[in-house]
Amino acid sequence: MDKNTTAIEPAPKQDPAIKRWLVSVFIDFYKVFQFVARFFREVFFPPYEFKEVMKQCYEVGVRSLTIISVTAFIIGVIFTKQSRPSLSEFGATSWLPRLVSIAIMRALAPLITAIICAGKVGSSIGAELGSMRVTEQIDAMEVSGTKPFKYLVVTRVLATSITVPILATYAGLIALIGGYVNVAQNEGTSYTTFMEQVFEPLNFVDFTSSLAKSIVFGFTIGVVGCYQGYNSTKGTEGVGKAANMAVVTAMFLVFIEEVIIVQIFGWFR
Amino acid sequence: MKKAKAAIDYKNAVISIKGLTKSFDGNAVLRGVDLELYQGENLVVLGRSGTGKSVLIKIISGLIKPDEGTVSLLGKDMKNITDKELNEIRTRIGFSFQNSALYDSMTVRKNLEFPLVRNKKNLSRAEIDKAVETVLEAVGLEQAINQMPAELSGGQRKRIGIARTLILNPEIMLYDEPTAGLDPITCIEINSLINEVQQRYKTSSIIITHDLTCAKATGDRMAILLSGKFERQGSFDEVFNTDDDRVKPFFDYNFIK
Repeated sequence: MDKNTTAIEPAPKQDPAIKRWLVSVFIDFYKVFQFVARFFREVFFPPYEFKEVMKQCYEVGVRSLTIISVTAFIIGVIFTKQSRPSLSEFGATSWLPRLVSIAIMRALAPLITAIICAGKVGSSIGAELGSMRVTEQIDAMEVSGTKPFKYLVVTRVLATSITVPILATYAGLIALIGGYVNVAQNEGTSYTTFMEQVFEPLNFVDFTSSLAKSIVFGFTIGVVGCYQGYNSTKGTEGVGKAANMAVVTAMFLVFIEEVIIVQIFGWFR
Repeated sequence: MKKAKAAIDYKNAVISIKGLTKSFDGNAVLRGVDLELYQGENLVVLGRSGTGKSVLIKIISGLIKPDEGTVSLLGKDMKNITDKELNEIRTRIGFSFQNSALYDSMTVRKNLEFPLVRNKKNLSRAEIDKAVETVLEAVGLEQAINQMPAELSGGQRKRIGIARTLILNPEIMLYDEPTAGLDPITCIEINSLINEVQQRYKTSSIIITHDLTCAKATGDRMAILLSGKFERQGSFDEVFNTDDDRVKPFFDYNFIK
């Protein structure tokens, strides 16, 4: 080659976009796995943060009661109202309480509660921890030897795992009352008859599956919110992103888990 | 205010750093830092923004892991340390953050109590109250005890941040830009507080700053971080008596010549 000629160096070979995306997805999965593993490592060992868990249960539970009550009642009324025409075609409106109870207790109550909590609680946890991360409050806890993971993450995940099942049961009862209001108005069914019919088709597996689902949903909402917030970066933009990702990811996972758990409990019916 | 002469034990290094390197995404920030902080000394670390000053004290406190090099803190090698030992060491270090990092959901009292009650489980209510009152008195903010951080001014937040670190009676203080964003009078107050802490609590401190007034008022020794290394160390006059174009603008800007 002529000495005066500048050789053009070939550009460094870059991995295809799909490969880079896949690698980043696997790294994210690994980080989440580590986060969950750390939760289980720390949850069983002292110091136990009972007071903080109770405080978080109050924040998650009591502060969500109004929105859960209103939503559950409306769902009870609407579901009953919308189901009536189909049943009345077959002259089976007397089956309404059974239909409503199965739909609400098996699926709607845990799912609606989880969706509301993912939106309300997940975003709040993501934003709170995210803001603490970017303002160095979590670092401040760490350098003073106060184990922020246990204080901030373990307590919140426990609180959502405990509270979401309680809220889901409560939402189920309120939705049934909504259903009763509609049935009483249209069919004149008494409260006692309605409740007898409501609990008749439900069995142990229904309650267990509903409870198991709610615990898994609560755990997911807590873990996702804490993970997004605890690992938040890039200032205020990062806080918004953490809150947003906490809601979107938790809702997505809740639906996936719903499908899986329904399949698993289907084998026991 | 003239700085009182500190009792420095030059035979006893409380922090000893050797060959420390740290890169972020292939961008080398620290390139072989060597540093010693002696018992009772206030060491000021100067340098331009982004030269790794804050990274250095975050590595010292164990918040960031170095790529290479050793950090020895109060006689413990930070590389071969268990989580329990790291937590124990951290209770002997105070870290004053640039933005104070007060827990904004807690009152000043709760902020101060937090590290104390979580590290010393057997304290009575009276002992906790006494400790809170003592550190508030040390920073001159007794009246702020029931206020929320959002109700405090920038200078007050800095003071409460320092008080929160003092509550565990630290042996080493790490100040990250203690006067950043404060008015000149508040800066002087913070400088005096740093010196008072050194005298009263017998601390050894690293003060990260690019405010030369703060450096002159608080430092027993200066170290300038240039291109990822400490290239000039010594007294204020020794460090700034130079024609080095990387150092001179600092002095000219701070003390308009």
